[in-house]
Amino acid sequence: MIEAFIAQLLRISMPYALAATGGAFSERGGVINIALEGIILSSAFGAVWGTLSFGSPWWGIVCGVVAGVIIAGIHALVCVWGRADQILSGLALNLLALGATRGLLKVFYNSASNSPRIGGIDLWEPLGFAPAGPLGTLIRQPLFVFSVLAIVLAHGLLFHTGFGLSLRAAGDGPRALDGAGLSVARLRVQGVLLSGVFGGLAGAWLALEQHSFTDGMSNGRGYIALAAMIVGKWRPANASLACLLFGAAEALQIRVTGDHIPTQLLQALPYLITLVVLAGWIGRAESPQKLGEPYDREGGRS
Amino acid sequence: MNLRPALPPVLAIVVGLGLAGLAVLALGVSPFQFYGELFSGTLGSGFGFGQVLFRSTPLLFTGLAVGVAFQAKLFNIGAEGQMLLGALAMAVTGTQVGALPAPLAWTVVLFAGAAAGGVWGAIPGILKARTGAHEVIVTILLNFIAFAIVNYLLVQWLALPETVRTASIADTARVPRLSDTLPWLKGSPASWIWVFGVFFATGLHYWQKRSSLGFSFRILGDGEGVARYAGLPVGSLTARAMTLSGAIAGLAGAGFVLGYKHYFEDGLSGGAGFLGIAVALLARNRPLWILASAFFFGLLSYGGFVVNRIVPRELLDVLQAVILLLFILFDRRFADRGTA
Repeated sequence: MIEAFIAQLLRISMPYALAATGGAFSERGGVINIALEGIILSSAFGAVWGTLSFGSPWWGIVCGVVAGVIIAGIHALVCVWGRADQILSGLALNLLALGATRGLLKVFYNSASNSPRIGGIDLWEPLGFAPAGPLGTLIRQPLFVFSVLAIVLAHGLLFHTGFGLSLRAAGDGPRALDGAGLSVARLRVQGVLLSGVFGGLAGAWLALEQHSFTDGMSNGRGYIALAAMIVGKWRPANASLACLLFGAAEALQIRVTGDHIPTQLLQALPYLITLVVLAGWIGRAESPQKLGEPYDREGGRS
Repeated sequence: MNLRPALPPVLAIVVGLGLAGLAVLALGVSPFQFYGELFSGTLGSGFGFGQVLFRSTPLLFTGLAVGVAFQAKLFNIGAEGQMLLGALAMAVTGTQVGALPAPLAWTVVLFAGAAAGGVWGAIPGILKARTGAHEVIVTILLNFIAFAIVNYLLVQWLALPETVRTASIADTARVPRLSDTLPWLKGSPASWIWVFGVFFATGLHYWQKRSSLGFSFRILGDGEGVARYAGLPVGSLTARAMTLSGAIAGLAGAGFVLGYKHYFEDGLSGGAGFLGIAVALLARNRPLWILASAFFFGLLSYGGFVVNRIVPRELLDVLQAVILLLFILFDRRFADRGTA
């Protein structure tokens, strides 16, 4: 019982954790990424399209990541090259992803609500080792293992490598980075594109878990991931732990089906907790210092 | 009159419509047929025109709501939740005002909507003033909490059996349709709420120009430092601007609840809260420009249904997003060039 709950909790939390990790790359570099919501939605569609078109969920993952990177690429273009407002760009891209996936659903699958069903990825049995039970099944899922590794590596990349140091400098002190001869724009674009990769994995995970694409299936996960990232102070590992909280509320929602607690209350719970945490505990000083500000090489204009 | 500020929005619309033409061509449809049907179906008939007015009514209010906050440099992404709570409050109050004469009933119901939206707008304002919590993330979270509250109230208490709608409001709370007076509109769902919106926008325009609070909001919009230097109470102004913004958004469902279906229904907002951000931006937060901007986005919203026969109507949803993206790009370019 408890093992099944933990397995379900991990499954539900995974897309949040992946997206929050993506968000950390973008925002550590100085670019606010509200577009995560649209990235997840587009990549979920991409994953389903890829699986159905090429007959393999692995291709689905590839297509999902590509779709995420495309949306992230537009965000980078508008915010870094165009130096436009990052929040507005993100909101516009979310509207775009919602309309585009809805239209493509109609064009490709002639449906207003959902795609045909897709299969999942076969379980691994490395060296004949095949643990049973809900958790055993989970760790035999290649995408799960890969995702956990990716998050750990992402955390390491951001905090223990030269690239991570430069990327964080692009968000905290771009002027100094520029002075050291590194391109702020290039680093920021790389950060945003990495958020597309991780947001893309989140969308692919979601689509493969639910075995189809349904209209608007990201359902606020990008926003929640962003909130979790803030609660986790822009650190992938900490943010992923915060995501378990949201996963727990969602998992409880599925389990508690009685008249005692209204499900809507459980739905609202993670948002309420985040609100209290944000309002009470997290000061402004925690965010990357130049978050949201376009960088201007010549200086003085903005 | 200086037309320079109008250049980026107009350019964004023209380029956006051009790109839509290319997309239509890629789908194997003649762009001229597309534009022809889009404009004749919306502007060429009384029914279509009335539909555009109906769809622009909520956008008018959410646009004004976002614009009022923007003028004080506050970003209200919560108009969607404020609108829904306001609409539900109006629908519930509307069932209780049968004893009142019509104009009084409308007033009471509209006040209920504004109050509900205002409370929901006040929360991020007060939080920002007290703790410095950023209003963007707070309003996003409050949207989801509002969805859950509305869903809970609807499912557990208010919905009629087997439906996702509330009971109908009293006859005296119903606002007549415009087509009752102007037969040319041929039974389209636009109501006098749209006319109320026009007066509201005009009033807001003068209020922003003439009142001391409107002036203070604009000083706050020049930056918190400026406002502090001018001796203004920044925290209290922030809370008041967000409350006003929420109250206006709370009225956005009035066209539907008072003027059209006469009840609250699941999915009533249709994303008007989010689209209001685009409406306000392209109009540069000016109430009178928002009238035009809301009309244009209302045209695109209804235009989707008009062209659905030849291209998927979602194309126009994408177009709305593309126009917003183009606008923020062009606006930045022009601003850079203007001060260089």
